Amino acid sequence: MSDTIIKVENLSKKYLLSHLADKREQLFSRLLVNKIKDVGARLAGSIKRNTVQAQTTEEFWALKDVSFEIKQGDRVGIIGRNGAGKSTLLKILSRITEPTKGRITIDGRVASLLEVGTGFHSELSGRENIYLNGAILGMSREEIKRKFDEIVAFAEVEKFLDTPVKRYSSGMYVRLAFAVAAHLEPEILIVDEVLAVGDMQFQKKCLGKMEDVSTKEGRTVLFVSHNMPAIRQLCKTGIVLGSGSLIMQGNTADCIDIYSHSDARKAATIVSHITKLNSNIRIDQVTVNGNAFDEVTLPSCCNELEIEVLGEILMPLRMEIEAKIVDIYDMPLAFFSPGHNQGKADLCPPGHFHLKRKMSLPPNINQGEYYLNICLAEPNVVVFVDMPRAAKLLAEGVTTKTGRTIEYARGAGWLFLPES
Amino acid sequence: MSNPTSHRLLIEAGRTERHYWKDLWRYRELLYFLSWRDILVRYKQTVIGVAWSVIRPVLTMIVFTVIFGKLAKFPSGNAPYAILVYAAMLPWQFFANALSESSNSLISNANMISKVYFPRLIVPCSAVVVSLVDFLISFAVLAVLMVWYQFIPEWRIVTVPLFLALALLASIGFSLWLSALNVKYRDFRYIVPFIVQFGLYVSPVGFSSNVVPGKWRLLYSLNPMVGVIDGFRWAILGGDAQIYWPGFLLSTGLTLLILYGGIRYFRKTERIFADII
Repeated sequence: MSDTIIKVENLSKKYLLSHLADKREQLFSRLLVNKIKDVGARLAGSIKRNTVQAQTTEEFWALKDVSFEIKQGDRVGIIGRNGAGKSTLLKILSRITEPTKGRITIDGRVASLLEVGTGFHSELSGRENIYLNGAILGMSREEIKRKFDEIVAFAEVEKFLDTPVKRYSSGMYVRLAFAVAAHLEPEILIVDEVLAVGDMQFQKKCLGKMEDVSTKEGRTVLFVSHNMPAIRQLCKTGIVLGSGSLIMQGNTADCIDIYSHSDARKAATIVSHITKLNSNIRIDQVTVNGNAFDEVTLPSCCNELEIEVLGEILMPLRMEIEAKIVDIYDMPLAFFSPGHNQGKADLCPPGHFHLKRKMSLPPNINQGEYYLNICLAEPNVVVFVDMPRAAKLLAEGVTTKTGRTIEYARGAGWLFLPES
Repeated sequence: MSNPTSHRLLIEAGRTERHYWKDLWRYRELLYFLSWRDILVRYKQTVIGVAWSVIRPVLTMIVFTVIFGKLAKFPSGNAPYAILVYAAMLPWQFFANALSESSNSLISNANMISKVYFPRLIVPCSAVVVSLVDFLISFAVLAVLMVWYQFIPEWRIVTVPLFLALALLASIGFSLWLSALNVKYRDFRYIVPFIVQFGLYVSPVGFSSNVVPGKWRLLYSLNPMVGVIDGFRWAILGGDAQIYWPGFLLSTGLTLLILYGGIRYFRKTERIFADII
């Protein structure tokens, strides 16, 4: 079926930012005092009325003129930087907050999972929380009773059903919470970045469940995540948001592409990761594979990383690019140093400089998240510029003939070694 | 597949939900579960548990009986002074608990409000329901008191549910106002305990409202709890306990007005709860 199930037209949401950013402004007494002063000033015929309360408020448009349509049965990934408006959009779609302008037409019941375990009470047992959380998410008691065993089995907490959830491990807690939500039966399921918690295996299970819900039962899924491999796996189409506006809607691969190259990600550039800078050096731009932003996707095979640094130096320096690949715990995995390789670093004359080095990566890097640390240094002598975690490397991993994608996080290390 | 007409939902700025009351009905089980949660959690890790909901009104009743009945020697008609006080203590405690619990209810459930949709009206209402359960427990104590004093109530006691309903409406009305105001103005966290404390003395709990001089009676009835308490006494004590009708009607009218205004105000502000909480 391809009829439209969600239609969003010119949706905008405005927040007022108070620059005194002072909680006391919200106090009733304060308001009263201001009101009285205000009235007093008006009575006195004073014209400085507005200076009495110099509270500067600024309008902030979290969403601006966003329009799109979603068809029944679609799995849509919503991507964008922090602050792009993703959460605001979801909050409006789930009726938690109101739009300032525009309208949305939804043909179906919506269940939203913006946070895992909303309304869980730590004193109550697992069993009690299933009922409570189910009711909060809009399930009836009958419905919960019917699905109770399924929920418990999915969450794998049979043994701890009568234990208060405050004694649960965080993994168990998240599993139970997701299990309840996963068994909702709405026409539209809205899921915010909730899978960031929980181990890889459980994340897999959740993604699988969401896929099931959509393919077998024809439901529509809206999924927000920063985890591009997950988006790629689950979603057919995508929506890219950037600073409150719709940047594109299209198939997932195109969206991810736009997201990783466009202004949608303006928020963090590689340059912003500089932590140490020699006073004789100015850095203008750093790019990895021609991209100034700090996220690089590595397809499964045959990768190169080209690091390019542009800037200016005030005195001659022997300066080379060095780079390290580390895992999410900052454990070094690989080192790249043309200086060591060639025995010496070239002398850069004062003025503008342009360094460009290419490293070839081994094939078969396992799926996972790695970071690239970039330095400018005279090998063995001194580090001039340090950029730890200058870019995040998202490796898509190798899928073997058994259909399994080998993952770093599941203990496979960072390389999958081929047979010789 | 979904039936498009049955679940069509329109989200627009400034639009009051057309299906609000239907939604409220659909979520009635949430009301039950939230109350159930609060009751379950309430006396966890306490030693005497539910007894707390009995001890408070009983001790207050004893103090009032001694001070007003024995020392000040206020009249109590044909009923024992303890029962006179306790009959008023019941609705008053209910009202006071409901107010203190519900005024903070939205804030203590803030994470739910900012993450899930449901009719927000359920939150303060469930707090009132929790107080209602306490009321029922305390009511059992009244029976014990009656046996103790060998006091036999008249037929009027069957009208208690009527006055309880009035107390319920008053509690909900005030709760809606206070909980909604508290979201924006946290001052109400301090105002409510004051109202409750003050109210105990300006309401006819420790004494019969007959001791109020006739010319002040109507003015006194501006306190909505006066009508409720007089009603409870009339139903429970029987005999010469009388309702002062003009005052009762005024109290009731005010209660309904506050309830109506409370619903209006709550509905108007609940749309921005998630943004400001």
